[in-house]
Amino acid sequence: MNQPVIGAILDWDWVGRQLDTIGVQLVEHVQLTAIAVGVGFVISFPLAVFAYRHKRFYAPITWVTGVLYTIPSLALFILLIPYTGLSTATAEIGLVSYTLLILIRNIVAGLRAVPADVKEAAEGMGYTRRQILWSVELPLALPVIMAGVRIATVTTIGLVTVTALIGKGGLGFFILRGLRDFFPTASIVGAVLSVALAVVADGLLLLVQRFLTPWARAVKVRAFA
Amino acid sequence: MISLQHVSKRFGSDGAPAVADLSMEIEEGETVVLVGPSGCGKTTTMKMINRLIEPTSGSIVVNGTDVLRQDPVQLRRGIGYVIQSIGLLPHRTIAENMATVPRLVGWDDARIHKRVEELTAILELDQELLHRYPGELSGGQRQRVGVARALAVDPPVMLMDEPFGAVDPIVRGRLQEQFLDIQERLKKTVVFVTHDIDEAIKIADRIAILNKGGVIEQYAPPEEILRDPANDFVERFVGSERGLKRLALIKVSEIEVEEGPVVGPSASVEEAIRTIEKHDLGWASVVEDGELLGWVDGAVLEGRREVGEATPRRFSAYVTADSSLRQALDSIVTSRTQVAVVVSEGQRYLGILTLERISREIVS
Repeated sequence: MNQPVIGAILDWDWVGRQLDTIGVQLVEHVQLTAIAVGVGFVISFPLAVFAYRHKRFYAPITWVTGVLYTIPSLALFILLIPYTGLSTATAEIGLVSYTLLILIRNIVAGLRAVPADVKEAAEGMGYTRRQILWSVELPLALPVIMAGVRIATVTTIGLVTVTALIGKGGLGFFILRGLRDFFPTASIVGAVLSVALAVVADGLLLLVQRFLTPWARAVKVRAFA
Repeated sequence: MISLQHVSKRFGSDGAPAVADLSMEIEEGETVVLVGPSGCGKTTTMKMINRLIEPTSGSIVVNGTDVLRQDPVQLRRGIGYVIQSIGLLPHRTIAENMATVPRLVGWDDARIHKRVEELTAILELDQELLHRYPGELSGGQRQRVGVARALAVDPPVMLMDEPFGAVDPIVRGRLQEQFLDIQERLKKTVVFVTHDIDEAIKIADRIAILNKGGVIEQYAPPEEILRDPANDFVERFVGSERGLKRLALIKVSEIEVEEGPVVGPSASVEEAIRTIEKHDLGWASVVEDGELLGWVDGAVLEGRREVGEATPRRFSAYVTADSSLRQALDSIVTSRTQVAVVVSEGQRYLGILTLERISREIVS
């Protein structure tokens, strides 16, 4: 049903002529997302480990990142323009700040879910605190942490399109152009590719997670056997 | 080997101490079981030895070294540790789990590999399990891997916190047997915590019965605790069937057996009948050169002149010198004539045990 309708709206010749630009914007979209999630993770990780070890800091940290998360993205970008202008920095500050809450919450939840007996045994065998964190707690928290990375990535891919308003935007560039020029083909191409990118990224991250946590699969196989 | 002197532990600044002024000595190679009701401080006491819990005051010396002056991480690497929930690392294979402490102390791969093979043999684990993850093993298998892991660097001291508490009674029994077996060979100094007095009686060289606040009510070998409980608390804790439990700890070889009705193959039937009537059991054992051949009674001997002409009947059950008095008792109550026949290696006749003889042991 949808196929002929969209097909009729789409100007396939235009799509053909724009392939190069589509490629460029797609790459920019991936870059903006990767930097946002990457920087977001680098900031979230120490904060999350700190909040995990010092429980009373968890509430303030999630409160601040929670406030950041609730600021409408458009308003945030406009607020930043006087300071950082129409730049990648402006886009990334916004995008990064939206990943923090998701990532911190998931890292802390993952660490908290590590079974107490495993930690006790590790301590009793003579692991140092640092060794417990890196070779026991983090590996076991990985599935929950990766779930957070996947949510943050998919969310960011959607948000990147909004940064078209400040001259960035990746595939959002086409969405904005379609709106401005009353040219649906551009908007549809931008939106569909953005969704597709999110689905692919989520799938790839799931594969990475499976690869990193072979023990989880082994246990499931047995559970169903 | 392990010496605790005036050790106290208080959690928080006020409130009753979990352990107050506890002193005890644990000899090298002995299995000491700390047992008591929940809240008696038995686990706290054990965890202070490897400093998972820091004592508030007092001193703990392991192998001549004051543990409070040692780096806790180094200390723990030198003490085997097994907990009830085992705590195998779920993201590491069984072989990697067993290699945990060797890796921490920096053994090379070849040495680790060899040690894992040894441990697999000691614990009678299936080779095939080595490359599985803990989640794929049964409770009993995991428990044995936990013990193997604790033995990895061959530590002289092992701390075991209810290690067999999480498995079903049948598996627990097997694990206890295996523990005794391994301990007989390795002679570790073991501090074992349990709330199960029967487990304590089964595996301990000495039992420390703890009351609230880590008060030691009695610290003695199991047999002594059962024979002579120090006070009402111990008596209540040990529970009913104290006599029966004690019988399980005494071997037949430790008590004197009665000679019983014995005849040789060359004895005349008249002589045999006299012997049978004298003992009033209705039968006599036939023993030739110390070897038990079986038993005869009036019916078997009917029409013969010598005992040797008749074919002695076989006893349906014996007890051996290694059997416990409890097993002997079982043999007695299930036999028709209320007697257990005792033999040693190679069917050498030792004598008989009667109900009366065993009950004398219980009240002594």
